[in-house]
Amino acid sequence: MTLAKKRILIAKPGLDGHDVGAKVIALALRDAGADIIYTGLRRSPEYIVKIAIEEDVDMIGLSILSGSHKELVDEVVAKLKEADADDIKLFVGGTVPVEDHEILKKAGVSGVFTSEMKIEAVVAEIHRQLSGAT
Amino acid sequence: MSSSVQDQPSSHSKEPQHISDPLAKTPSGIEIPITVTPYTAQGTPQAPGEFPYTRGIFPNGYRGRLWTIRQYSGFGTAEATNERYKFLLDQGQTGLSVALDLPTQCGYDPIHPMARPEVGKVGVSLSSLAEAEILFDGIDLSKISTSFTINGTAAIVYALYLAVSDNQGVPRNKLTGTIQNDILKEYVARGTWIFPIHPSMRLIADSVLFSNNETPRFNPISIAGAHVRDAGATAVEEMAYTLANGLSYVEEFKRRGGDINAFAKRLSFFFYVHMDLFEEVAKFRAGRRLWAKLLSERFGVTEDKALHFRFGVVCGGSSLTAAQPYNNIVRVGIETMAAVLGGAQSIFTCAFDEAFQIPTETSAEIALRTQQIVAHESGVARTVDPLGGSFYTEWLTDRMEEEILKVMGEIEDYGGVIKAIEDGYLQARIAERARERKQAVDDGERIIVGVNMGERESREQDSGEVFRLDPEGVRRVIEKYESLLDRRNQEQVDRSLSRLTDAAAKDDENVMPYLVECCHAYVTVGEMVTALKREWGEFREPIRF
Repeated sequence: MTLAKKRILIAKPGLDGHDVGAKVIALALRDAGADIIYTGLRRSPEYIVKIAIEEDVDMIGLSILSGSHKELVDEVVAKLKEADADDIKLFVGGTVPVEDHEILKKAGVSGVFTSEMKIEAVVAEIHRQLSGAT
Repeated sequence: MSSSVQDQPSSHSKEPQHISDPLAKTPSGIEIPITVTPYTAQGTPQAPGEFPYTRGIFPNGYRGRLWTIRQYSGFGTAEATNERYKFLLDQGQTGLSVALDLPTQCGYDPIHPMARPEVGKVGVSLSSLAEAEILFDGIDLSKISTSFTINGTAAIVYALYLAVSDNQGVPRNKLTGTIQNDILKEYVARGTWIFPIHPSMRLIADSVLFSNNETPRFNPISIAGAHVRDAGATAVEEMAYTLANGLSYVEEFKRRGGDINAFAKRLSFFFYVHMDLFEEVAKFRAGRRLWAKLLSERFGVTEDKALHFRFGVVCGGSSLTAAQPYNNIVRVGIETMAAVLGGAQSIFTCAFDEAFQIPTETSAEIALRTQQIVAHESGVARTVDPLGGSFYTEWLTDRMEEEILKVMGEIEDYGGVIKAIEDGYLQARIAERARERKQAVDDGERIIVGVNMGERESREQDSGEVFRLDPEGVRRVIEKYESLLDRRNQEQVDRSLSRLTDAAAKDDENVMPYLVECCHAYVTVGEMVTALKREWGEFREPIRF
């Protein structure tokens, strides 16, 4: 299984400063062969979408642990549509209550990952979805 | 009985068996012998209350005074949080601990586009004195100590607290409480930095030196390892980074002309307690001893109280799991024991559902009751440092001290804490450690019950009740904010803001009095931060991993 040639943007939207989960996933995806771009903290949905397009990524991984996932996902999805870039797959990782997973998926998210999932499983799921997409 | 390699029956296979023994090492990687032979500690522990305080800073331990039970709480509006505080105080809580929302922590007013999705989410929105007045309505600030987990905007929140207590008529020298005000670890782990490191250090020195004079019973800084720990650092690294940061602050305050015997008395510390009970106890004993030795050797501190390593803890955090959340009640119980056996001055116990939501009233109450059970039923508080003199405890305390010093040495060799942060070296180190920890859990090397042992298929959280923020709350926060802008005296706002800007431009001026003046004029947190950013700029995060 390889993510070679896949370009992935790991992004921290909003004001949440917990970036370890984002970095751990970024390291794992990089080891799986992907090119990783990491935004750093406190990025607006607008900025994230702009970078995603400039860097021509296959997917965006949003890391959110502040409970603001619904609002932030809606904003990112809206900006992607506005830019006609909603072919970029969107994933969310962080503290997301189970009952919100479906809500995020309906809003346009391809997968929701929480800290207790195995990294391997996260990478495999991303691989599955990205290879299906190309 | 230990399940160590030696105890296993020999294998039929010719290949050497690598049976991993989960009991062989502490989470910090210290190898533990099956039996610690009779052992005399290197720094043979003196009596509690005697330098270097391995056995505690007070000769009478908790018999003189129990620890402060301080539950972290705050959400949504100031009104809702005020109600929760009154509930907690009625239930026997002895200090308040204010959770602030991210816009307040990062210095954005609630109407800022970056702030809107986050208003009231992880804490209460506190955008001006008007909100602080509501938050503390009916709570006598001369009688209660209040702790604020606030860093980037700590000086401003402290100014708000001064303003609200001024208005209550409380003399400043009666105020007790704590602001976290530890920016160094924000750059490493928690991420609510605003300004570059140097002006941030100045702002901290301003508030600490101001507090030494104005609010002598207030703790103007709580040097925190908790967040790097929760992000992935080991217990050894948690203590090492914290002591290294602590020394950086001491140097800065000294450089600013502070009297070390005066300000060192008001320094306090804050840590996580995770699950390895003896490693946690040894961490606190080793840290307490090291701090006293470092201050005395490097800075010539002589006064007893200035050498005292006072610390608060939080039990729970990332040691809690979203899977099978009721297990967390047991975890927090054990961690509370470790905190008490380690000699903590204040304890915050996480609620069992805290891994995935803001606690409900029920889960918050169980967390509080956990402390009361340990305090009043378990008997562990009867005598000072009850584990002192145990072969294992003393041996592990010495080992922890060695390991902590080793990590501190690595940081010094790198060029010191500030360089390590500016380069992103510490940040990258934490991320690596987090990955190792996660991998060890994924591989089953490190057992977390409910996650990789005894896990169930059902992904249901089974948490009983679900906490829901009042969706009307955000709207009310914004309405109140807008109405404040209409009714305050704009001339006074402009004047105090321009005086603040002038003070910020001068390195030798203390900005605290100007912040308090701004607060009294109902200048908002976002406005004060914007003014300071104009003078000082913003931190540029090193992206490295």
